Amino acid sequence: MQIVDRRLNPKAKSLGNRQRFIRRAKAEIKEAVREAVRSRKVSDIGAGEDVRISSKSLREPVFSLDSKSGSRDFVLPGNSDLVVGDAIPKPPPAGGRGSKGSKDGSGEDEFVFSLSREEFLDLFFEDLRLPNLVKAKLKSVKSTELSRAGFSSDGSPSKLNHVRTMRNSLARRIALHRPSLATLEQLEDEIAKAEAESPPDENLLEELRARHARVVYLRKTVAYLDPLDLKFNRFERVPKPSTQAVMFCLMDVSASMTERLKDLAKQFYMLLNIFLRRHYREVQVVFVRHTNVAQEVDEETFFSGRETGGTVVSTAFVEMQRVINERYPLSDWNIYAAQASDGHNFRDDMEECISILQSSLLSQCQYFAYIEVGAPDDGPYPPSEVWEGYEDLIGQHDNFAMRRVTEAGEIYPVFRNLFSDEKSTKG
Amino acid sequence: MQINPTKATSKLLFDGADWTFDLVKKAYDSVQEVGVGELGLDIYPNVIEVITSEQMLDAYASIGLPQMYRHWSYGKHFVRDEMNYRRGSQALAYELVINSDPCINYIMEENSMTMHTLVLAHAAMGHNHFFKNNYLFQEWTRADAILDYLDFAKSYVSRCEELHGMNAVEQVLDAAHALMQQGISRYPGSNKQMSLARERERALARHLYEERSFNDLWRTVPKQRAEEKPEGEEAPVSGGSSQVRLPEENLLYFLEKTAPKLEDWERELLRIVRNLATYFYPQRQTKVMNEGCATWTHFHIMNRLYDTGQLSEGAMLEFLHSHSSVTMQPSWNDRRFSGLNPYALGFAIMRDIERIATEPTSEDKDWFPDIAGSGDPVGELKRIWAEFRDDSFILQYLSPKVIRDFRLFGIHDEAQYPHVFVSSIHDERGYRRVRQNLAQQYCVSSLDPDLQIIDADLQGSRRLVVSHRVRNGVMLERANCERTLYHLARLWGYRVKLVEVDAESGKVLKEHENLRMP
Repeated sequence: MQIVDRRLNPKAKSLGNRQRFIRRAKAEIKEAVREAVRSRKVSDIGAGEDVRISSKSLREPVFSLDSKSGSRDFVLPGNSDLVVGDAIPKPPPAGGRGSKGSKDGSGEDEFVFSLSREEFLDLFFEDLRLPNLVKAKLKSVKSTELSRAGFSSDGSPSKLNHVRTMRNSLARRIALHRPSLATLEQLEDEIAKAEAESPPDENLLEELRARHARVVYLRKTVAYLDPLDLKFNRFERVPKPSTQAVMFCLMDVSASMTERLKDLAKQFYMLLNIFLRRHYREVQVVFVRHTNVAQEVDEETFFSGRETGGTVVSTAFVEMQRVINERYPLSDWNIYAAQASDGHNFRDDMEECISILQSSLLSQCQYFAYIEVGAPDDGPYPPSEVWEGYEDLIGQHDNFAMRRVTEAGEIYPVFRNLFSDEKSTKG
Repeated sequence: MQINPTKATSKLLFDGADWTFDLVKKAYDSVQEVGVGELGLDIYPNVIEVITSEQMLDAYASIGLPQMYRHWSYGKHFVRDEMNYRRGSQALAYELVINSDPCINYIMEENSMTMHTLVLAHAAMGHNHFFKNNYLFQEWTRADAILDYLDFAKSYVSRCEELHGMNAVEQVLDAAHALMQQGISRYPGSNKQMSLARERERALARHLYEERSFNDLWRTVPKQRAEEKPEGEEAPVSGGSSQVRLPEENLLYFLEKTAPKLEDWERELLRIVRNLATYFYPQRQTKVMNEGCATWTHFHIMNRLYDTGQLSEGAMLEFLHSHSSVTMQPSWNDRRFSGLNPYALGFAIMRDIERIATEPTSEDKDWFPDIAGSGDPVGELKRIWAEFRDDSFILQYLSPKVIRDFRLFGIHDEAQYPHVFVSSIHDERGYRRVRQNLAQQYCVSSLDPDLQIIDADLQGSRRLVVSHRVRNGVMLERANCERTLYHLARLWGYRVKLVEVDAESGKVLKEHENLRMP
């Protein structure tokens, strides 16, 4: 008998099978994912999902006998009071009758299973990509940084590695018996001493001079520092992914924004957040709310706090600009902005808004999305102040987009449109 | 049965739930002492492999064989099993055992020491003995070669995927799986005895030969010759259906040998699926016996261990709890009912045989004169384990007492009536009928549709005709039949017709036609 511990074997050995399975049912799974996104709270999306797909492409047909034809005999256990000749009504077809059928539920047409978070998001984002990823398209990263990469034997003097160089030099000098300066000096002393004596011992002097000549010769031929010894620090340019993004959530929190509208806005922010998280190692979120004054707040206050006052959108932009200048240098951060509002603004303010956007914010942002939330029964309402004002921007800036959303189910399509390949900028 | 006197020094095998490798080893030694030493079981050497629950699910999904080749359907089963397991609607089996030499037993790391001991007694002794001794397994499987063959199959499939693309391989395997139950040559002599080891060598040798004799020049030979060739080649195989052995019940075998359009590697894939179907065939026919044998064995061994003071009372209670839930049989009208439980039925009949052999009643003497009071229950059981399969076993050994205990009753069901009728119950008149019906219920050949290829025109229209012998008016399920037929047609490459013929009158009841789809 032999005991083998297989627990450490590569896990998820069925991964290959699973991939084949997902590949097989891809079209249906994708549809299911879309369905799930439409009906679920966006905040649930981060986790893996249970998806329900129809198992059309997953059928494994075999020749099987039809239980609804012919006659058969079978045996059941647990008779309590039945006697020969008793009639038992057949259960409705769904139940599967007793001993036969239902065992190998091959008849099922629905198939539920859970996708891991990764698989879910992969499918969710499959044909989306961030627009204008100027700085940080992760595959073609522009900024690089120097990173140490060992040593090399050539390089610029400024990169000379002294320790390594001297270590080599010392080793070589020892190996080639290069006389030290001390030896030379000692010899010279001895020669001087011998010369000073009278009468000088010619033999000794001669020998000393010969030795001196030898030492000088050796010191000349074996260099103290040979080009061979030189070692330089080596650096490589490593592409440095712009791995951080900051996302500004701007929202009008004046009284006209009801809870429902705020929820809509919230769902959009979350979706955007998930998307950014997929592309950037670090995503920071800045919440800026405004009425007629704007301030940066934490998430809690952002969504739950209630303010009264008018609506001056430009204040939010000023606040956003201030935060960017203070904390998010453009060289290090990718900036995304998502603005949600019910579209109300003081008409006078729109000019100010447009000018701030055009002069600075839009050129700083990777993307600026404006979501106008409204109640579903508003009907074909006249364009709001903000909407009207923004319409001029659309043709001019690729990285600006706006949409109107009236219910949760619309968020996903809106989101898709905003970030899909052929970005249409019409409302 | 010889029982060694309990040693005064014998101590508990283990204390508490935690297990270690040493404890498992110790428990195995004790279990083997009872199993092999006292019961005289004849087993393959055991290999015990400790795995995690996830690995167990893996193994589940690939029809119990962890070394299985890759296919999406195993992925599908995996996600379904995993889902059920996570939700708690399906428990994992405690063990998984492979009919191989050496016999591989999987135990799960999550389980307690008691459960490990139980699994060792159940699988490493019970199933193992059954695999080694039952005539069906001896006849149909080669325990010493299956693992090598699986290795071969797995690498062959993945090499095909590399060479011909995942889609192409998937299509062939889908089709082959659909016909898997028709990939068995049921009647002895209709198929040469096959050895999986030889299979593998054969395939490898052929492949090597191909590689060695590969000559790129053949590609340049004018097309004409290539067209001449099939005729010459076809002659020995076909030349009209008269030369092909028909009827042929093994659809996969037939396709592998005669399907006009298949490539060599496709034929090899069919062969792999066919060999696996054959490997599993005995298991399907011995569910009750196999589980009954293993359950009887573990029950006996665990009790012996307890009697000899090697199991604590706590461990024994844990064992009994699990044993009784495994052997529970809900009534037909119970919500939990999902058919007869092979563990319960097998165990009950084997315990009953033990009882008949030692303390027979007068009824037993009438029904089982040959074993009643023979006084050698283990000997009788071992003979039965070796010589029977489910249907013959039930037909022979289902006693009136077990029928009464289970309160079995027979049902007659005619499709056209809204009611089913009770045809027999556990009374003097009903015993034999119940027994016969139950045996029939476990007769695999009556559960599977009886399909045969009756005609294959290899020269003209190339149409394949399959017949279904309809017994008791039970037809094929239409939707499934048509989908399967589609797979069959895809392998065959030409039109396929399926005729449902009444077994008694020979009347044609229904015809399904399938043109090959693009």
